[in-house]
Amino acid sequence: MPEARELTFTAAIREAFDIAMSDDDGVFVMGEGVADPKAVFNTLAGLPEKFGKHRVMETPLAENAMTGVALGAAQLGRRPVLVHQRVDFALLSLDQIINNAAKWHYMYGGIYKAPIVIRLIIGRGWGQGAQHAQSLESVFAHIPGLKVVMPACPQDAKGLMLAAITDDNPVIYLEHRWLHGTRGPVPEGRYLTPIEQPRIARAGGKVTIAATSYMVVEALKAAEILDIFGCQAEVLDLRVLRPLDPAMVIQSVRKTGHLITVDTGWGKYGIGAEVVAAVAEQAFSALAKPPARLATADYPSPSSMGLIPGYYPTAEAIIGEVFKMGLLTQDAFDGAVAALRAQKGTLPIDVPDPKFTGPF
Amino acid sequence: MTEIASNDLRALFRDVLRIRMVEEAIAERYAEQEMRCPVHLSIGQEAAAVGVCAALDKDDLVVSGHRSHAHYLAKGGDLKKMIAELYGRATGCTGGRGGSMHLVDPACGFQCALPIVGGSIPIGVGLALALKQAQRPQVVGIFVGDATIEEGVFHESANFAAVHRLPVVFVCENNLYSVYTHLSDRQPDRPLADLARGHGMPVWRGDGNDLGQVLAQSREAVAHARAGQGPVFLEFTTYRWREHCGPNYDNHIGYRTEEEFQSWVPKDPMAQLAAKLRAAGQLTAADEERLRGELAAEIAAAFAFAKASPYPDAATAGDKIYA
Repeated sequence: MPEARELTFTAAIREAFDIAMSDDDGVFVMGEGVADPKAVFNTLAGLPEKFGKHRVMETPLAENAMTGVALGAAQLGRRPVLVHQRVDFALLSLDQIINNAAKWHYMYGGIYKAPIVIRLIIGRGWGQGAQHAQSLESVFAHIPGLKVVMPACPQDAKGLMLAAITDDNPVIYLEHRWLHGTRGPVPEGRYLTPIEQPRIARAGGKVTIAATSYMVVEALKAAEILDIFGCQAEVLDLRVLRPLDPAMVIQSVRKTGHLITVDTGWGKYGIGAEVVAAVAEQAFSALAKPPARLATADYPSPSSMGLIPGYYPTAEAIIGEVFKMGLLTQDAFDGAVAALRAQKGTLPIDVPDPKFTGPF
Repeated sequence: MTEIASNDLRALFRDVLRIRMVEEAIAERYAEQEMRCPVHLSIGQEAAAVGVCAALDKDDLVVSGHRSHAHYLAKGGDLKKMIAELYGRATGCTGGRGGSMHLVDPACGFQCALPIVGGSIPIGVGLALALKQAQRPQVVGIFVGDATIEEGVFHESANFAAVHRLPVVFVCENNLYSVYTHLSDRQPDRPLADLARGHGMPVWRGDGNDLGQVLAQSREAVAHARAGQGPVFLEFTTYRWREHCGPNYDNHIGYRTEEEFQSWVPKDPMAQLAAKLRAAGQLTAADEERLRGELAAEIAAAFAFAKASPYPDAATAGDKIYA
């Protein structure tokens, strides 16, 4: 077997667009800055030159109208992908997303479809603060008619984007800025990751950790250390939040008896709440301990790195919950935390990896 | 402005009368409480709808807002499906999913109606973008009201349509009121159309109750948009006769005076047109009687169709959430 090809998350997204636009003339990308020199964190690098600026189309700063324009264009056979460099900017387009796109097929009795993709980037770190770092997946996942995906690995970044572009429904594709630099195996060519189910990111039998997006990275870090200390965690990457299929989580909890959810967004009314509710409804007796929900702290994201400790869930917080569930001895817990801190070293709290430099 | 031949107007009189009679039939029967959805009647505003749609080709596209009955009918929307939709029946144009505020008939190019004010504007602009990308010759008519141009989405959409020179015909029916709030409480004293001029669009302003003027100006505007010269804006002054939503007159509730309403009665677009045609010898009392008889029969048949149609099956209410 040849070794699987590895790409960064960024390169995987770029490849998805390259393939989608080569395969279908109807696919075009639109958004603020999509054809600028930064190419949306390099995820669209070279594509304006290859496909033309009419297919990688700069837009005015008009988030709501551009969403409606995408939906309108989709009525005549186009397959637009709208890009927002921050989730926060898309809030200006909730009217078109929720009132129109989400209901388009339903409210016209099935005669129309809404094949649009809205690609939203979740900011984090380097002091981006209250309006550049929100992770609002539960807002979108609340709405019938939308599909909501959050890839956590390069393979899914490509496969879910190609699936989203191919889908006849409006798909909200949320990608975390801190995943862009991560690497992983990515198959060549065109493949679709079905917008259906979570993914088992790591198998284990003692505790189920259901995570979204970048929190899958934190969960995997925790699971690696936990393994050394005798606790095998199963990490589920939820990746498809609507339609949410909780079967894999329930199956895992039936095996482990313990559930921890880890959100990139706020906990109240969040993804973790939905997952815990589904498990409670369908497999209450399988729970040996009350489930734990980890999420960002219940206040806006502050800017200063002095205020950030305690805001985002971490691998250490996950290990803390495992300890509270009685799955680690005090010695094992102390050892696990020490190992994790040693691994993290002196990496500042506001960057994803040592190579990252500001501002974004 | 080109003069409109009176025989052109004669053909359109039927369309104006038909819309008037449909709306009056809805108003008359609304108290039966069987049309269980909000209705925003177009009585008094028929000429703008008919004149603009007459200037459009059959395969041009149209989008509208909450007060869409006249636009739907003028563009050629199916009357039976519209009335059935008002009655919430399975045979309605959306099978009972949308009601009066979501009329649709893609067969005639009536692409959608949406009741969030301004919500359909970017849809129309997006249709125009796709038409331009595919190098197709159609234009898109976007019907809006005077309040719609207060919405940010109008400006966002107009700016985009202008920068891409999209084949869009904005049609603003200025009926002076947003629900019960007069224009003067919402906008400064300046021509509405100045906002469109600010987006670099050529503008036509006219009497929306004068079908001849509407048609002549619409033809010029549509030709401009179709020629690839970018979006255009038509502002037609008109007046809503009945309440914002519902079948009744509402001059007594205090937001407008009976005197103001009465001042608009002589400007009735249908009566003006009929008088003009009679004067030109194009319409006799017998003609009008015959027309009314034909239309009454068609309308009665549409109501009978609606009432005889079944309600959609409640078990299907959760279908078609996803394509």
